[in-house]
Amino acid sequence: MSITPMRSLYAALITLALAGCGSSQPGLDQTGANPDLPGKRQTLVPPIRIATPEGWDGESPTAPQGFTVTALATGLKVPRQTLVLPNGDILVAEGSGGSAPLMRPKDVIAGYIKSLGKTPVKGGNRITLLRDADGDGKAEVRTTFIDGLNAPYGLAFVNGSLYVANQDALLRFPYRDGITRIATPGQEVTKLPSRLNHHWTKALTASADGTKLYVGIGSNSNVGERGMAVEEDRAVIWEIDRATSAHRTYASGIRNPTALAINPQSQALWSVVNERDELGPQLVPDYLTSVRPGAFYGWPYSYWGNNIDPRVHPQNPKMVEKAIRPDYALGSHVAALGLSFVTGTGLGPSFTQGAFVGQHGSWNRQDLSGYKVVWVPFANGLPAGKPVDFLTGFIKDGHARGRPVGVTYDPSRGSLIVADDLSNTVWRVAPARPVQARFAPAQ
Amino acid sequence: MPNMPMGFRPFLHPLHGLLLAFPVALFTLALVTDITYLQTAEIQWTNFSSWLIVGALLGGGLVLIWSIILAVVSRRRAHRRPSLIYAGLIAIMWIAGLVNAFQHSQDAWSSVGVTGLILSIISAALALTASWVAHRTVREMAR
Repeated sequence: MSITPMRSLYAALITLALAGCGSSQPGLDQTGANPDLPGKRQTLVPPIRIATPEGWDGESPTAPQGFTVTALATGLKVPRQTLVLPNGDILVAEGSGGSAPLMRPKDVIAGYIKSLGKTPVKGGNRITLLRDADGDGKAEVRTTFIDGLNAPYGLAFVNGSLYVANQDALLRFPYRDGITRIATPGQEVTKLPSRLNHHWTKALTASADGTKLYVGIGSNSNVGERGMAVEEDRAVIWEIDRATSAHRTYASGIRNPTALAINPQSQALWSVVNERDELGPQLVPDYLTSVRPGAFYGWPYSYWGNNIDPRVHPQNPKMVEKAIRPDYALGSHVAALGLSFVTGTGLGPSFTQGAFVGQHGSWNRQDLSGYKVVWVPFANGLPAGKPVDFLTGFIKDGHARGRPVGVTYDPSRGSLIVADDLSNTVWRVAPARPVQARFAPAQ
Repeated sequence: MPNMPMGFRPFLHPLHGLLLAFPVALFTLALVTDITYLQTAEIQWTNFSSWLIVGALLGGGLVLIWSIILAVVSRRRAHRRPSLIYAGLIAIMWIAGLVNAFQHSQDAWSSVGVTGLILSIISAALALTASWVAHRTVREMAR
């Protein structure tokens, strides 16, 4: 059966239906510790707006005054997360994963609509090394560092070992300073849950002392619509012992933890998390939170603490009671995919303590949201203030020129690395006159 | 063809009758799978409903067009009234089915719930009624 007639039918109807259900209420404050949460709005057709791609045309994203933005590398194959090695070399994980079958007509149509806002390039399934030895913001050395991976995403470096989180397994590679290629296959540390992989990205970071690895494993559905049987070991963060490779569930009910990082002040594990869709344009806020060991964050039964999601049956009041509120809302549907704390002198006087958050951008609201990198100021290891736009200009005239994913603070040069998986570029944001970088350990 | 004896003209063309079988069977089955989902919360039943409704809409869409043509061209004929009733029933059935297709695109329990069940009852009942009207009309004509 051809789906083309249904596709055009749905497209026509979506246009009609959108007129009535898409608008956000103005004046809601959905960032910070206590976001405004409007009532649930389930509509026949969810509000949808896709920013279709458009080239940069020689331009770059916009950074605050005093910073320059350069394309460290272009023409990559879907760059997602980056890692700065001790010698300043930058690794870029490139790939696209997921193997969830189309179960409903909706899956066919929604998949097509969302694909309109993505790059047509096929994921590289590799890690590319970029070296900018002269610090001009352009990588003069570029090599395929590791090939033949399976949708790599999370990267971590501990004590001479490089860890790569494929969509189905965590791999370890031995690393020597200065090498530009690893040809030997990685050693499998542990398999990772990979059935369906509706949310396929496996975020990764190492504990401050390097003894533990943390892996973010997203849910296998928006809100349980593939059945709860496939949600075993999903919407969790695993803690993996580096010495024994044994794992335990560190936190659960955490819908899609897309980036993990260690807070340099408190040494606690933090995560950005993507929350559920189709409850309205302003539900549910994605969030940034410290991850408390053993905590349950509500998914799928409730959101932002104990706000019940009516779509889950049977409901589970006991789990709703246990659900804790995250620390800090980032806004609804912004799709936070990148998280990096600054260390040392940070990015200059205005950015000395806090975290950068890469926001891939929304589809489930009429007013495009996200599509930028924000700065969340911290004090004493906790968020202290509203998010501040740091890197913008990804949207121009309703079209997306790029979509930020991973963000990585480079302590050796006092710059920020931003992966853009729409224009397939890695951007570097650096002070126009480099601040005197005080070297900090690349943890 | 005003003087043509109408007693031997079947109301539905055989192909029209065949197409009509799709919404009759598929909307009715979707009602059954909806009820089963609400009884079991087993997600596969609502997935079945989604596809059944889409199938019913595809077959039913052609029936809808055909029924409207029948209602228009039969303006001066004796079976004007049944053809209008028939087209009306098919139209409401199809619109209810279309709304239901979107309802079923919501996630998990919201894909059916009370609204989905009511819409499934409406579209199934109207498909059966429309079919009854159409086939009864054939028999009366053929008497």
